[in-house]
Formats: sequence, structure tokens, C-alpha cells
Amino acid sequence: MSEKKYWKGLEELYNTPSYQKTVRNEFPEKLPFGEEVDKLMQAKTPRRDFLKYLGFSITAATIAASCEIQVRKVIPYVNKPVDITPGVPNYYASTYVQDGDYCPVVVKTRDGRPIKIEGNTSSSITKGGTSAVVQASVLSLYDTARLRYPMIQGKEATWEELDKAVVEGLRNLGGLPIVLLTSTLMSPATEQLIQEFAAKYPNTKHVTYDAISYSGLLLANEACYGKRAIPSYHFENAQAIVGLGADFLGTWLSPVEFANQYAQTRKIKGKKANISRHIQFESYLSLTGANADYRYTHRPSQLPAIVLNLYNAVALALGKPALPNVPTLQDDQLQKGIQRAAKLLAAHPGQALVVCGSNDPRIQIVVNGLNEMLGAAGKTIDWNAPVNYRKGIDSDMQQLVADMEAGKIGALLIYGANPAYDYYDAARFAEALKKVKLTLSFNDHHDETTVLCQYVAPDNHYLESWGDAEPKAGYYSFIQPTIFPLFKTRAFQESLLSFMGETPDWHAYLMKYWEPKLGGLVSWEEALQNGVIEPKQVTLAGLPFKGDVQAAATQLAAEKPQSGELELVLYEKVAIRNGRPANNPWLQEMPDPISKCTWDNYICVSPALAWKLGISINRFNENDLNRPVAKLTAAGKEITLPVLVLPGMPQDVVAVAVGYGRSQDVGKAAGGVGKNVYPWAYFNNTTQTFHYYQPAVTLTLTGETYPLAITQTHNSFEGRPIILETTQQQYNQDPGEATREQREERERYGGDQYATEGTLYPNLYDFPGLKWGMSIDLNSCIGCGACTIACQAENNVAVVGKDQVLAHHEMHWIRIDRYFSGDPENPQVVFQPMLCQQCDNAPCENVCPVAATTHSDEGLNQMIYNRCIGTRYCMNNCPYKVRRFNWRDWQGATSFGQIKDTGDMNSDLTRMVLNPDVTVRTRGVMEKCSFCVQRLQDAKLAAKKAGRPLMDGEAVTACQQACPTQAIVFGNVHDSGAAISQVRAENKETRLYYVLDDLHTLPNVNYLVKVVNKDPNDFYVEPVQHVLGK
Amino acid sequence: MSDFSYFGRTVKYLVICSLAFCMFSFSAHHVYADAQRGKQLFQQNCAQCHNPLRDATGPALYGKENEVPGGRKWIYNWVHNSSAVIASGDKYAVNLFNQWNHVQMPPFPQLTNQDIDDILDYIKQVGDEAKQAAAAPAAGGQQGATAAAPASNNNLLYGIITLVLAIVALILLQVNRSLNRMANEKEGIETREPVPFYRNKTYIALVSVVLFLMAGYFLTNAAVNIGRQQNYEPTQPIFYSHRVHAGINQINCLYCHAGAEKSKHAMIPSQNICMNCHMAINSYSGPQLYTPEGKAVDGTAEIQKLYYYAGWDPKQRKYVNAGHPIQWVKIHNLPDFVYFSHEQHVAVGKIQCQVCHGPIQNMDVVYQFSDLSMGWCVNCHRTTKVHFADNAYYSNIFMKYHEELKQGKIDSVTEAMLGGTDCQRCHY
Repeated sequence: MSEKKYWKGLEELYNTPSYQKTVRNEFPEKLPFGEEVDKLMQAKTPRRDFLKYLGFSITAATIAASCEIQVRKVIPYVNKPVDITPGVPNYYASTYVQDGDYCPVVVKTRDGRPIKIEGNTSSSITKGGTSAVVQASVLSLYDTARLRYPMIQGKEATWEELDKAVVEGLRNLGGLPIVLLTSTLMSPATEQLIQEFAAKYPNTKHVTYDAISYSGLLLANEACYGKRAIPSYHFENAQAIVGLGADFLGTWLSPVEFANQYAQTRKIKGKKANISRHIQFESYLSLTGANADYRYTHRPSQLPAIVLNLYNAVALALGKPALPNVPTLQDDQLQKGIQRAAKLLAAHPGQALVVCGSNDPRIQIVVNGLNEMLGAAGKTIDWNAPVNYRKGIDSDMQQLVADMEAGKIGALLIYGANPAYDYYDAARFAEALKKVKLTLSFNDHHDETTVLCQYVAPDNHYLESWGDAEPKAGYYSFIQPTIFPLFKTRAFQESLLSFMGETPDWHAYLMKYWEPKLGGLVSWEEALQNGVIEPKQVTLAGLPFKGDVQAAATQLAAEKPQSGELELVLYEKVAIRNGRPANNPWLQEMPDPISKCTWDNYICVSPALAWKLGISINRFNENDLNRPVAKLTAAGKEITLPVLVLPGMPQDVVAVAVGYGRSQDVGKAAGGVGKNVYPWAYFNNTTQTFHYYQPAVTLTLTGETYPLAITQTHNSFEGRPIILETTQQQYNQDPGEATREQREERERYGGDQYATEGTLYPNLYDFPGLKWGMSIDLNSCIGCGACTIACQAENNVAVVGKDQVLAHHEMHWIRIDRYFSGDPENPQVVFQPMLCQQCDNAPCENVCPVAATTHSDEGLNQMIYNRCIGTRYCMNNCPYKVRRFNWRDWQGATSFGQIKDTGDMNSDLTRMVLNPDVTVRTRGVMEKCSFCVQRLQDAKLAAKKAGRPLMDGEAVTACQQACPTQAIVFGNVHDSGAAISQVRAENKETRLYYVLDDLHTLPNVNYLVKVVNKDPNDFYVEPVQHVLGK
Repeated sequence: MSDFSYFGRTVKYLVICSLAFCMFSFSAHHVYADAQRGKQLFQQNCAQCHNPLRDATGPALYGKENEVPGGRKWIYNWVHNSSAVIASGDKYAVNLFNQWNHVQMPPFPQLTNQDIDDILDYIKQVGDEAKQAAAAPAAGGQQGATAAAPASNNNLLYGIITLVLAIVALILLQVNRSLNRMANEKEGIETREPVPFYRNKTYIALVSVVLFLMAGYFLTNAAVNIGRQQNYEPTQPIFYSHRVHAGINQINCLYCHAGAEKSKHAMIPSQNICMNCHMAINSYSGPQLYTPEGKAVDGTAEIQKLYYYAGWDPKQRKYVNAGHPIQWVKIHNLPDFVYFSHEQHVAVGKIQCQVCHGPIQNMDVVYQFSDLSMGWCVNCHRTTKVHFADNAYYSNIFMKYHEELKQGKIDSVTEAMLGGTDCQRCHY
């Protein structure tokens, strides 16, 4: 096997002098004592002053600590509810539904407050997986910026006052219509309620508007299948997957569901691999592109030509009629890609799937035609269960804004939508809103639209709500409250009922709707308990195709796409999505899977373009935090944003994420972070849909700089073989090849006895009982970051804020390392979740002067906070760089903390999200992954109490639970029947390896080699240095 | 002198005890032959609603025996099926039924006539005793004062003896030195001018070292004890006596502290649990209660406080408001970085409450019995034997110990052998 060179960033690839400096200096920052110390050092007698301060503070602390012991109260219930036992968590099935995103969940509540979201394993759609956004949604419940009461003209009002005023307003509209503007709703009961509302107020219209629109797909499907809907996709049945600008693993339509299906096609059992092949065409480096076997980049304006060429190439291969007048593609690479994709698709009829992220209905019609030609209907595409994930039709919204401008709208009731922020012409919308007689917002934040409305009737958080959802036809899911509303908010549906003059009891309404359908109260309660109701038998089917591919293709071919030297594409980030969860500090601080950047949006440019712009290569480096700032001009608008050089960007495209630049009113975490680029979306009159790119932009450096908090090169792996990859072809020829070197090395030092023979100190620990182990399958991991946020929620991991991330002080216990290899212009990407490896021969344990980190008899590397004195020796000595130091008192654990409350994490309200079973760490102590020891202890206790052996799968870590692709297996390795033991036994001679095994750290976390379905020739690509010269 | 008085008290005590024993064996025991059995039956069946002396959910029972029209026979019928008696039109029964707001007494067909006799005997005994007590009210008061023996602390004595011995030694040393000097002088040997002991460097060094060690010892102990609250005995909003509930009345700890078996918290009971019994028990008639300062406590008034907190009106016999949470003062406080689970210790470990909480059944006011220090925890984990063989949880792990048990190499498995002294058993 030829050595493959991996690099975390360009600076590492080119080994710049400043990078070398970074590598040498693990703790780059000075001790962060802050300004006080600087001032002290400049004093005339710093030593004496220091002693004075020291003396004073010791005395003060002694007096404060020893005078009196605080009297603590313990206050029991007056009348204890039957189902609450203090200290014992309750779990309630519910459903996360937001703007058409769907995820069935189980909510963990402790003493009446929700503290953690877990995936609901009863769902066949998500199979218990979650995403980072879903995991973080529990924190939004305790968002201090949530609206707390109804308002009239910006002033607090009572619900009675509001109801009275609104009903009066709605009755006196002078015949003008009422419009209910929402983002996609998938609640059948709400739909019925809206119809009843429309019956009560006959002049009511319901307009659905999605910030990121799928209109093109909906309209194309209407044209092709007579249904304005989106089918279910079944990636798990596909051997050939082609993505055309659809980030289906990260943001497109239903990423949790698709990630799960996709991962099923990538799992390897035994010594013969037969995984799917995935080819991605895209205009920026998306999460999906990063996971693709082959990836080709193009300008956004080239997409029609690519689709048409692909169609023809497949038609040619299958002997079907081709489309006439298809424009030729000049790009050699793209031509090659299309040929490869066509060959792949044609070779897998009935096992192929093409998905396209374009919002152009004509392109989607061609893609539909392509899927039909490939026999996807009933195999990888199911029309029996069309999905309700997105319903917004863009022309409706256009019409609405025009009507508002013309003064033809009497009342606008807004629920979920935020057009004053995410509509491409927000100023026009805001202006038009003034011409509406009555404006009301149900949104739960003071967002950009809500501040413009006369009335505000804030909705509950979903964890406080009743509700239902129909994600797919025949699949039902229920929402039940897990806490009484924290504020004077009211369910949107109750507000509607009030306006209709009926009893505002949404729960009763919901029960009345569902009980007869489910067959009685018992079934209803059973449904609530399970969270989901799904069809017992699933058959996939297509629909008769009557789309006119010819006409669509002709139109596309006839259109000469406008294109400038540089094109701009707008994209959604995995964490911030359309901007809705922006005020969530967990998500803001989650490193983007691709750029590893936190707390900002930025202009992604390719290395070649950066070179062309004259950006110094040193600017790529963490050492120089200050990124050049550039002015982006297009369509008469301009914006200045920092530039981030990202391998894998096309040379002639720049990409900027939407969802940033929220107003200060939205909250402390979101306010003022990044810039809003929605204004560069536009409405295409020909297609009647929104488009999210600009064909001609100019980019000029302003000469200023701006710091971006990027975590990717906070630590260096210094070229060690910690990523092992191979291709399917090689794997099938020689499954053990990738790990042979490591196994041979072990063999030399005792093989199975490596633990004792490979060291001069063989008296290792004894593990008489359980021993925990984890296996991470690099083939399944897609790098989505759900585990990072799940861990953060479970283990009270602190948010530190941008300035501290810049100082390398981020606290995540599990990070996802992203490695590039190959051509910097279009690199291959590998994701590797990195957490404490719980080494049995841990380098950190030996160096602790106070024995604050020791080994347990279950193989856990224990970190004892109350013993730690903060020398950071362990952090220094950890080869995996997974230990995190509390430079400050992030969560207000002590009264003497220097609290910098970025994102409002220290308020009494936000602290309600903390897990009471996990210590909140104070300043000056080290922390790290504990294998969720509190969960392990819980599982053991349950088994002990029941007097039975611990069963496999009872002890589940938070990261494992959250993973949408089941990449993580965890359990007791002493139990030969456990999944972890089986995985290890199965892959012992093939894919199993330990990171930095030669150090004899004896990790309890193993990895499984990533197998890429790529030709070996395309796999081993030397990094070309042609781009940057020096 | 002190010895003599102790001896005297002991003799007095023995005499009183023998006299009391004689009295019981000759009089009381004879009259109330089956009152002991009756007490048990009464507590099992009747105490929910009845008190021998006071009206509760049902009327006070003492003396009713002589009041009812048919004597004991009537009572048998009534207890076996009171509704039948009312239905038969018995005047007394109907009257009683109306008087008590038409609250029906549940039937007790399982009680035999002998059982009912025993219960009635018990009621009679309680009533008679109460009468006698009323006649001689001062009898009980002095007992509390004489019961407590003076706390003896030998440490002080040893300390004084050590000090005296040290001074004697010092004096002897001085004397020895003087004698030596005098002897030398006599023999004409030149001796240096003596240095007074307070300027003698050896002495000064010795004293400094001793002082330093003592100061260090006390300082370290004090520092280690910061935050510990052994013997903490705060005043609570209600004078709730564990002695009365758990000691005298033998209520199981888990009846109120239900969480001890299923949660990390033992749980302070909510008022609704108190009211399960106190709906009927509205006054206190047990031994006189005293605060630690020696002030007498009116138990009945404390029950009234509970009614206030529970929102219960004892006159109307119903809840009149939502109640007020009781702000108990928390006695056992662990630092935030310690995870302690009652469930683990009580339900799995089968540890008695008293192991950590001390003689709680004797405490009128609860105090912290153990120091709850880590050393205390760890020592127990080191020595406590685990239910290893009889819990199937261990059946497929720790095979090494199973083997050694079988071979007789070890006779039991302690918590520490199962990793019970690992840091992350309690700190995470």
C-alpha cells in the first residue's frame, strides 16, 4: 500500500513556517489572567503588589469560606405527583418538528424539567438517530430571549386584551382577506383547525413559505406525477447514488433519515465489501460531498447542462431515446464525472437514485425522468408515502407580497415564518407589511418579522406543547408537553381557537381529533407513549410518469445561462440551517463539519482563487488568526465578510452560508454574528421559484482582517498514521491490508499479549468485572456533529464563546477531526470522531502530581474534578489531545468566577438544562470524556436492583445514542456476546485498529478502517502543490 | 463523692424498677390479660380512624362499652357489619350514624369475638391508665432530668496528667542539674554559670517543635473539616420527632422516605404522606417531648402546624387550600461533586438506615450522626461485604472471585474488591 498523506488544513500540507511554530507550541496563548495582571505587571512594585493581593485574597477567601456554613433548605412537594420521584428521570416520547424538519424524540426530564433529547428508536424513519439541531433544541427551551408574554404594539398585554383586540380587528377588515403565513406545517389536526378557522373567517387564505424552498421539486412532481408532493427516498436500496447539489446527509430535506439509510449501504460485514458508490456534483464542499466516493465541482450555472448531459449519457448506456440540443460541457473533469456517473447508474437499474438540490422545476423534471429511466420508482423512490417535509410554493409568497403592497391584504398572521429576515427582498416585505391592516406574529422570539407586527401572540416551545405530525402519508407522530409553559405563552392553535371564539383548549381539540381515528382513549395514550404510529406493512411503489422531459430539456437547453467570472452560491450550514436555531450557543459553537469554523459565516474560496486574490499562504494558518476581509458585490448589493480558504471549493465559485446576521433582538448568541446573505437569493420569473445563487459576483479584498475561530488545526497529528483508509477493490482482494502494519507491529511485541509484553512495566491493571469499550466505524461516520452536541447536553460541557475558541479553549469532549488527502482543489475527506480513548496505559495518569486522573477497574480513565489542581500536565501528555481545561468559570459554578457569559449560558433559566447527575466543572480543573459514566452507573444499578446480569445495549453513551448512522458501538468487552465484542472479533484481522497503537497506550476505543468505493488509481492522489507555488 | 452519688442513683433505679415490676405482675397484668394482643389488633384495624381517648374520624372509644345498649354483644354485631345494625333501625346506631355525618364504618367480619374482646380490653387499659395519669400529673416530669448521665471525657484528664508529669519532669531535671552542680562545686569542678531554662536553646527548640506540631495538627484537622457538619442539629419548622414515629410507633422508614429504594434521594415526604395518618391522628399523647435546649414541646400544636402546611382544616375535616410547602432545613449535605445514591445502598446493598444516620429512632431532633467524610465512605466500602453470591447481577462477571470463593481462598467479597474505591463510583 502506498502511503497516503493526510492533512488537516492547507497550512499543514504546505508546512508553512508559522504552522511549524504552532506545532511546536501546544499552548499558544499566554496564561489568561487578563487585564488585571497586565496592569499589575506595569505597576511600580509588581512583586509587592502581587503579595498584597495574594495576602488579601487568601484572607478574604478564608473568611468567606469559614465563617458560617450556609443553611440549605429541602422543600418537598405538598402533594407529590404520582409519576415524579425526585432524582429519577422520566422519559416522554415527543416529536421535534420545525419548519418541516422532523425527528421523533424521547425527552428525558428530571424533576420536571427536560434536560436531554434522545432519538426515538421506535421510528422506522430515523431509527433513533438525531441531528445536532435536534439535540440542541432542549437548550432553546431555556433561551432567555424567548418571548414571555403577549404584546400589543410592543407592549405587554394580557391574553384577554389581545384576543379582544385581534377578534375586533379581524371582524373589521372591510372585506379584505386574512392570510395565515406559515412555514411548512405537517400537523393534520392543525390543518383541520386552519380549515375551521377559514370557515369562521371565510376570507382566509393559508400561504406556506419556506426560507429554503423546495418549490422546484414540488412543482416538478406535480407536472410529472400529478401530485404536488415529495416522495419518500430510500437510499438504503440504492447501490448507485448520484447527488446533484443536494446535501442530503447534512441539510437536504430529511438528513437524519437519509444519513441512516445511506449508512446502511456503507456498512461492511465480513471480508467481502459490497458498498454503494456515491458520486456527488456540487458547487461548494458540503457534508454530503465530503462523504462521496467521487466528487466533481461545478459552477451553479452549469447545473442544467450537467443534468441534461447526465440524462443523455444514461439514455445512451441504456439504449433509451436521448434529448436533442443538449449543450456541451467544456469542462473535462465534469465530462469525465458525467461519464462515470452514467456508467454507474446504468449498471444498477432499480438500485440507483439521483437526487438534485436545485429549485428549478425544469431541472427536477429531467431528474425525475432520469430516475424513471433507472427504474427508481418503487425501489429507491416511494410514492406510496409522500413526505410532508416541505410544502412552500414560492409564487404564492410572491403573490402575497404583491398583494400586501397593493393594500389588498387585511390581516397577516405569521406563524413560524420569518420573511423580514429570510425573504430575499426583506425590505420590500417590511414595507409591504405596513400596508396590512392587522399584523400578528405567533413566533416565539423577537425575530425580525415579529418586531414589525402589531400583535405578538407567542407560541410555546415544542417541549411545552401538545401536537401531532404526519411526516409521511400514513406515518404519524405525536408531541406531548414535558414541562408546563415557562412563560405566559400559548400554543398557536389555542390562539386560533380563541380568535374563533372557542374554548382555547388545544389538548382537548387534539384528543377529539385523534381518539376516534385511533379507536379510543387507550389507543391515544398508547400512541403518546410510543410517540409514533407507523404502517405495519410497507410496500414501495411508483406513480405513472407523465412528465414532459423533452419540453423541460428544450427550455433548459435554449436558455443561455448567465455567468460571470465568479459565481456565488448560498448554502445552509449543518448547525445553523436556515437561521432559525441561530440563538443557540451550542450550535453556534459547534465547529462546522467542513470548515471547522465556529461563531461566524464567511466567504469560502478555493486555494487557487485565494492565490489569485493575493492572499498570503500564512493567512491560511491558525497562527495568524486574522483572516483577510473581502467585499462581495453582486446584483447591486455588497457585503464584507472574512475569507476562508477551503480546499474543495471550485475555483470560480464562492460560497456563503445563510442563517447568520440575525438582529440583536433575537438573542445574545445570534445577535450580530456573521452577516445575512439571503438578499442574494432571488425570484426567478421563468421558473417561478427562488434561486439561491448569483451568476456574477465580484470579490475584492478590503485590506482589513477579521479573526475567525477555527478549531481544525488546534492540534497537530504531525503526519502519524491515525487515519486508515482503503478502497473496496483492495479490501476485497486483501481485507487485512490496511491494518497489517499495526498488527505486525503488535505481533512483534507479543500479539495478543501486547498489553503485557509490549512494555517494560507489565504489571497493568486488573479488570475483574466489566470492561467498557467503544468501536467507531469510520465507514459509517458522516461527520455530522450530532454526537458533539449530544455529549454537550449530557455532560454539561461549557460554551466558551468566540474569543475563547480563538484562544484554543473550546471544551467539546468529542470532536470530529476532519482530514483531507489528495488534490487540495478537490480533496478526499475523512471524518474521525476523537474522544478520550480511555487508555489502559494512559500517559495522562502517570503525570498527574495529585492523582486526579486514575484508572478504574472497568477500564475507565477517571477524571476527578475535585482533586485536580490544574497543572495541565495530563493535557500536555495526552497524545490524542482530548483533554479540556477550564480556563474560566464558564457555567457560574463558583461565586468567585470570572464569568464571561457568551450566549447567555449562566442565567438561572439556562442553567436549568444542566444534567444534575454530572458535576458542573469550575475554573482551573481539567475535564474530558468519561464514557458517560453516569449512564453506565445507572444501567448497572438497574440491573443490580433487578438482580440480573447487565445486558448488552443497556448502557448507552450519549454520542452513541445520538448518532444517526449507528457508527458507534459500545459495551462490555468481557461479554463475548456483546455487540462490541462481536465487532472486534469480526474485524480483528481486517479493519480493526487503534489510534497510535505503537505508543502502547492501549486505548479502549478502536476504529474501523474506512473503505471507499473508489478505483485505487483515483484514491492515491499525491497532493499537488501547483496552486500556491511556494 | 461522684462515685458515691452514682452508686446511690443505681440503687434507687433498681429499687424503682423492681417495685414497678411487682406492681405490674400483681395488678395490671392480671386485669388486662389480653390487652397486648388487643393493642396489636387495634393498631392494625382501628387506629386509622379511632383513638381510644379522642374523637377522630370516628368517635373516641373509651367508655363506649358501657354506653351502648347491648353491651359487648351489640359491639360484636356493629364491628362485624355496622350497616346491618343501622339498617335494623337500632336507635343508638342510627343516632351515631347521623351524628358522624353519615360516615359508614367499614365491616370487619374477619375479627372474631375474642379479637374484639381483646381490643376492648386494650381500650379500657389505655383509658384507665390515662385516668390515673391525670390524677398524678407530675409523675413523668422528672424522668427526663435524671435519665441523662454526665458525659465523661477522659481526654482532658489525660491532658492534665500529661501536663503535670511534664512539669514534674522539668522540675526534676532542674533539681537534678542543681544537685549535679552542687556536687561538682563540692568536688571543685568548674561549672559554667547556669542558663535559666527559658533562655536554654534546647528547651526553646523543643517547645517550638511541640507547638508547631500541635498547631499543625489542629490547623490541618480544622481545614479538613471545613464544610463538614457532624452533629449538625438545626431547628426545623415543625418539631417532628423520629423517636415518636420510627421509635415508639415503629413506622417503617421507607413508608415516608419512599425514595430511598428507588432514587438517589431518600426524599423528605410530601405533606400528603403525613396526612395519610394525621387526618386521623390530630393530637399527641405520647411521652412529653423536649427540644435539645430542654424546652417542653406541645406535640398537638406541632400537628396543627402540619395542618396549616397541608391546607387541612381539622374542624371541617377537609382540605381548604393548596397548602404551603414546608421549608425543612437540610441536614445531610454532600458537596456537588459527590454522587450518592440511596437506591444503591438501600435497595441493592441492603444497608440499614442506622448505619449512616445513627440511632434515628431515638432522635427527637435529628442530627448528623456521621461526618460524611470521604474517609468514612471509603472505610465502609473497604470493609462492607457485598451480596455477591445471591445477586444474579454478579453471576457472569468477576469470575475470579467466584472461583476463589469456591476454592475457599476468600470467604466474602467486599465492595472495594468490586471497584468500590474507584474514584468514579462517586465522583463524575
